[in-house]
Amino acid sequence: MNQLTEAHLEALREIVGAEHVATSRTDLLSHSFDATQRQFMPNVVVHPHTTEEVAAIVQLAACHCLPILPRGAGSGFTGGALPVRGGIVLVLTRMNRILEIDSDNLIAVVEPGVVTARLQEAVERVGLFYPPDPASKEFSTLGGNVAECAGGPRCVKYGVTRDYVLGLTVVTPDGAIIHTGGRTIKNVVGYDLTRLFVGSEGTLGIVTKIILRLLPKPASKRTMLATFADIDGAAEAVSTIIRGKIIPTTLEFMDASAIKCVRGLPGIDLPENCQALLIIEVDGEAAQLTPQLNRIVELIQPLGLLQASIARDADEAEALWRVRRSVSPSLRKLGPNKFNEDIVVPRARVPEMIRALDDISSRLDLPIINFGHAGDGNIHVNVMVDLREPGMEARVQEALADIFRTTIALGGSVSGEHGIGLAKQPYIAFELDSPTLAVMRSIKAALDPQGIMNPGKIFPEKVDTTHPATESVSL
Amino acid sequence: MSIHKQLSDYSRELDECVRCGACQAQCPSYLAIGKEGAAARGKIVLAAEVLAGRMELDEEGKRDLALCLLCGACARTCPNHVPTDAIVSALRREISEKDGLSTIGKGVAALTGNPRLLGTLVRGTKIFSSLLFRRIPETSGLRLRFSPQNLQDRVLPPLPRRNLFSRLPERLQGKAGKATLAFFAGCTITYLYPEMGEATARLLNRLGYTVLIPRGQGCCGMPALSSGNGALVEQLAHTNTAAFDTAAFPSEPIEHIITACASCGGALTRFYGEMQTEALHDFSGKVMDIHAFLKKEGCIDTLAALPKNSDRVKVCYHDPCHLKNHGITREPRELLRALPTVDYVEMDGAALCCGLGGTFSASQPGLSRAIADRKIAGLSASGAELVASGCPGCIMQLNDIIHRAGLPMRAVHTMNLALAALEEGLSDTAILHSGHPPCQNTSVAPWATES
Repeated sequence: MNQLTEAHLEALREIVGAEHVATSRTDLLSHSFDATQRQFMPNVVVHPHTTEEVAAIVQLAACHCLPILPRGAGSGFTGGALPVRGGIVLVLTRMNRILEIDSDNLIAVVEPGVVTARLQEAVERVGLFYPPDPASKEFSTLGGNVAECAGGPRCVKYGVTRDYVLGLTVVTPDGAIIHTGGRTIKNVVGYDLTRLFVGSEGTLGIVTKIILRLLPKPASKRTMLATFADIDGAAEAVSTIIRGKIIPTTLEFMDASAIKCVRGLPGIDLPENCQALLIIEVDGEAAQLTPQLNRIVELIQPLGLLQASIARDADEAEALWRVRRSVSPSLRKLGPNKFNEDIVVPRARVPEMIRALDDISSRLDLPIINFGHAGDGNIHVNVMVDLREPGMEARVQEALADIFRTTIALGGSVSGEHGIGLAKQPYIAFELDSPTLAVMRSIKAALDPQGIMNPGKIFPEKVDTTHPATESVSL
Repeated sequence: MSIHKQLSDYSRELDECVRCGACQAQCPSYLAIGKEGAAARGKIVLAAEVLAGRMELDEEGKRDLALCLLCGACARTCPNHVPTDAIVSALRREISEKDGLSTIGKGVAALTGNPRLLGTLVRGTKIFSSLLFRRIPETSGLRLRFSPQNLQDRVLPPLPRRNLFSRLPERLQGKAGKATLAFFAGCTITYLYPEMGEATARLLNRLGYTVLIPRGQGCCGMPALSSGNGALVEQLAHTNTAAFDTAAFPSEPIEHIITACASCGGALTRFYGEMQTEALHDFSGKVMDIHAFLKKEGCIDTLAALPKNSDRVKVCYHDPCHLKNHGITREPRELLRALPTVDYVEMDGAALCCGLGGTFSASQPGLSRAIADRKIAGLSASGAELVASGCPGCIMQLNDIIHRAGLPMRAVHTMNLALAALEEGLSDTAILHSGHPPCQNTSVAPWATES
């Protein structure tokens, strides 16, 4: 790939206006990182405003073989927004309009820079509902959610981002503007390109418009905290509830390691014998919810249930959620560096996975804290270390490899929500056999023969020695 | 040696930023312009590079630092509570030490040698010639906030003839056995909205407290802090601690120092707390916002016990950043709900910043206005006649927004509403029977501004 020249910058300024093309060290620096805490300097940061501007920029990049990648909030956990080969960072935050909320057809049309929670507020004001709720929804953008196929706690009942994307406008790596899917639920014309682009991590094109499916907003929601004597009881509770024909909106769990982190914090009262807990939410018509919660308590009572607390109002629900929300901030005291993995295993195998994680933790003497979305088997595994300790990097890598191998052995997947990006490349082949990987590579090669679109992501590749990665520091 | 922390004193905190991006969701500047350099995360990365000696601040870096309102929303929302507001303050001090003060900061820098602080009004300075400035002391933050070039097209309250200190004695005697409180008024209340300060002091006095209004108090230092003028902040901090010290009032211990200006309260607690002097920390520890104080003392319940009026006025509430980001959001709402004269409605976007941000509105007028405009929809949809708040700066800005948008409402201080309600209900209520002489000048209508 080529390096950017002054002539390229001039062309960019002509497309979007000089005020939206930034090359100062400060501007490059503030677009050099994401939530992985790694850092690579781009050559230029551009803030386009329209699909046509994006297409013109991509055409320029294609014509001169320049690396280019889209960026939303830059809040991803696997490095999707890192310019590992430098080049053009295309920030889509100016494209942040909600173009349409259609109550008759239950769809919304948005630009990629819309923050997820803002869309949710807007549709909820008219009694509609956009379910995917990644933890970062207050700042992550829908473009980023589509690129990574974001999930969240509500997915157990409502599914993930891909289940809500009906159609896309995409600028392909040659600068063409294409339209996938449409405004209807049913659509079998040609290949399902919409699903191809959802979760493609910005490697196949840049999404500039999204048509989303909406639901009617559930009338009411209730929250319950259930504490258990052991993880098996909690895991069995999850299966039992679902076998009992109840799909809760949310089924969050914390294991003993996570409970230990928050026990004793202000306002959190968890007895010593509580070694696992579930936060269970149900939604629907208000009158149905109390019987549903009572039925859940009845079902899980024999499974080592210590206590079930049902929130009477929003404040009490918030207090129950505080237990779960306090975990992440409390982790830092265990180590300054966090390896936050988002493995997923079949629901019923969660206890086996937790036991394996405990074994890995004690064998390598590393704190591993586990919590997450029990309802869909998505476990957030947090390995907390201090990388300044000699030999720590190798120990962490060993732990991660063990974790991913175990995950695959249990029929799971190395990433449920965060994607592969840069961080998980070493593990993609644990899960995908080589013919499958080869198909994916050929799709990439067909759409992006020059390899300019978010280069260096998903697929492990040899470092290009002529243009080495410009990582300045590992933060 | 300076009592201020240097950038290097924050190296541990800089390390604690995990680049998650949560700060974006709360930063008024980021929400208005959508560029990463505006949010805390961008500034932390920049500060870390500067501290590591890998780069010097370029013009764009200074531009990004100037985008910060020092509202503290990022620090509150950050999972690791990285104090970006304090770090930006430290960087601004370093910039002004190296490059000199900005144009805005220079007005005050030229005057810092003047030892006279507040108390007497200084007339006829050459730098600020408007009528407004002839009545405001040279070291007051108001001079930074309302530089003449920034006054065009702005709605300002008519300048009161008498400031707070000439409207209230230095001491309002309370009931025996009740605590003694001291009132820190701040420049905006003292000189622009003395009726807000008077309402606060009289309300506390009605509730039985002895209230001191020390004459030696000065500007809290927030505007000087904002413009990177560390020396002036230090000078003002010493002036204020001395004014409220036991040496100044030897006969009685001051239990709390009450503020009715959210920004002053934020400066006196958060930023004095960042400075490295024990005396300041003692002072800082006593400072309490009026709403939080009334809640703590059970006074809100007292007000709630008053019989409700039949013709109540519809009121909504605006969260000042320096209350919200200090965790004070429920108390003012509870107070308003408790008032028998008020029909409280929650406004959409109540927690959105008003965009004033001290010197920010002078240094970044366009962005300040863009942030302010985000309030219009919520104010308009609320249907309220009054929007109450706990910060005179916000109230002034809200009135400016309301005027520009042509909305049929006004912004007022919660304390004016509270005092009016209390006075209306006083005769009926045994709990409030105090026995001390009736206050003078109690004809303050809830939303009156003295002209």
